[in-house]
Amino acid sequence: MLRLDGVTAAYRGLKALHGISLEVPDGAIVAVVGANGAGKSTLLKAIAGQVRAEGRVEFAGQRLDLLPGWRVARQGVVLVPEGRRLFPRLSVADNLRLGAYARRGDKDRFAPLELVYDLFPRLRERLAQRAETLSGGEQQMLAIGRALMTRPRLLMLDEPSQGLMPRLVDDILAAVVRIRDRGVTVLLVEQRLAEALSIADHAYVLQTGRVVLSGPAAEIAANAEVRRAYLGG
Amino acid sequence: MTATLILQVVLLGLLTGLVYALVAAGLSLIFGLMDVVNFAHGQFLMLAMYAAFLLHAATGAGVLLELPVVVVLLFVLGAAVYRGMIARALSVSTNRGMVQIFVTFGLGIFLTGAAQFAFGGDFRSITGGLLADRSLVLGGLHLPLSQVAAAVVCLIAFAVLLLISRTEFGRALEATREDRDAVALIGINRDHIFALGWGLGSATVGVAGVMLAQFYYVSPNVGADFALIAYVTVALGGFGSLLGALLAGLLIGEVEALTALLLEPSLKQVGMFAIYLAVLMFRPRGLFGRL
Ligand SMILES: Nc1ncnc2c1ncn2[C@@H]1O[C@H](COP(=O)(O)OP(=O)(O)O)[C@@H](O)[C@H]1O
Ligand SMILES: [Mg+2]
Repeated sequence: MLRLDGVTAAYRGLKALHGISLEVPDGAIVAVVGANGAGKSTLLKAIAGQVRAEGRVEFAGQRLDLLPGWRVARQGVVLVPEGRRLFPRLSVADNLRLGAYARRGDKDRFAPLELVYDLFPRLRERLAQRAETLSGGEQQMLAIGRALMTRPRLLMLDEPSQGLMPRLVDDILAAVVRIRDRGVTVLLVEQRLAEALSIADHAYVLQTGRVVLSGPAAEIAANAEVRRAYLGG
Repeated sequence: MTATLILQVVLLGLLTGLVYALVAAGLSLIFGLMDVVNFAHGQFLMLAMYAAFLLHAATGAGVLLELPVVVVLLFVLGAAVYRGMIARALSVSTNRGMVQIFVTFGLGIFLTGAAQFAFGGDFRSITGGLLADRSLVLGGLHLPLSQVAAAVVCLIAFAVLLLISRTEFGRALEATREDRDAVALIGINRDHIFALGWGLGSATVGVAGVMLAQFYYVSPNVGADFALIAYVTVALGGFGSLLGALLAGLLIGEVEALTALLLEPSLKQVGMFAIYLAVLMFRPRGLFGRL
């Protein structure tokens, strides 16, 4: 269980998050939706220790705030950021293996490869290729694959569908469901409202750094007023 | 000018060039990893040479003892300098580039002064031992054994660096160099990688220092000339490129040797700087650089 309590974050004194509280139960897919600039990416970065946050972030009973980003990742809370942030000149295989670098001691550290290839068979065909030569969809698959190699307990995805063709979006979201079914909790940020809510259990609607609505994903999806008011749809 | 003389000069240039190349490789490794130029690199070389000299004087055990001890010492020095100074310099919020330059520049001046204080200004050199005053004679060629040994050890050091680059740690170095902010996403502490990178780059110059001390005098200022050559070599080879450092070091060794032969020994650096200027003008990413 991930629990945020009054989390605030600012860029040079300008607040981007105003006291966010939310919960992500184990084994759930929780979606965070909202218009551009609402603070969705900032929220994920605050949890991941990539931007300084005030307030309380707790995962499995442990405080995450105050930890540097690399320690948060080692606690099993792993972010696939917007822009993917692959290592562009390294091969697909090297990008994947690096995901397991922090567990160098474990003999079976490469075991998640099996799941990664199962989810994204195309990666297996491209192992020797440089990451920068992959298509946008394949890069997203690699970014998720690299994150899976760390053996996350909570996977945070920042707009995995960004810049992808509709059919690929469905593939990625189907993969997200399968990842959850393998026991990984998912916190999903999306601008594509309908698709995100269709796979999520719970949803939070963010507007200018505040949670303005939350509840079961189905209820939020049914609420047409919500769409007009907060999501511009 | 006989053919033997020319061949002799070419071979000596090659042997010297390999030492230049390894000195440059240490500098290039750190620069490539984090875009920080270590302006105390020459002083690291000087410290390694003093360490070899003192070990030799104290134990007489020779290069096989000096190498591992100095490599460890320089590794620790490099990692400590990163943790104690560079990491702090990187965390300042204004004028970071200047702060980095001044920090390592100041460290270099301090180390030179400290050596002056501790050892005086005298030129010293290793005397006696297995490598001293012997030559490898091939046909009419005389190659000092100490320089042959230095070249061989430098080549081995390059091979080791290449092997390290293929390990998991080498991959993490490469990833950190590609995107230093992204490695935290997969649980890698970039400060740790940077410290190890500084240790590795310093240990590399430590190997060169030990071997250089076998045939070259040691003094508090000895690092300055070699550092200058190393900066030129790194610029020629392309910043951060291991193979580039090797090829550029060899090139500079040759150019220097042939300039000394054809012009005059005191002008031996003229050819090197001429090439440097030409490369800066026509191919600023370096002869072998990929940037
Ligand atoms: N690096 C940054 N520096 C300054 N302001 C930023 C930075 N990143 C985001 N912001 C601001 O913070 C707010 C939230 O941004 P973000 O979290 O990226 O929103 P979203 O992901 O929902 O589109 C926006 O007003 C944005 O302009
Ligand atoms: Mg965003």
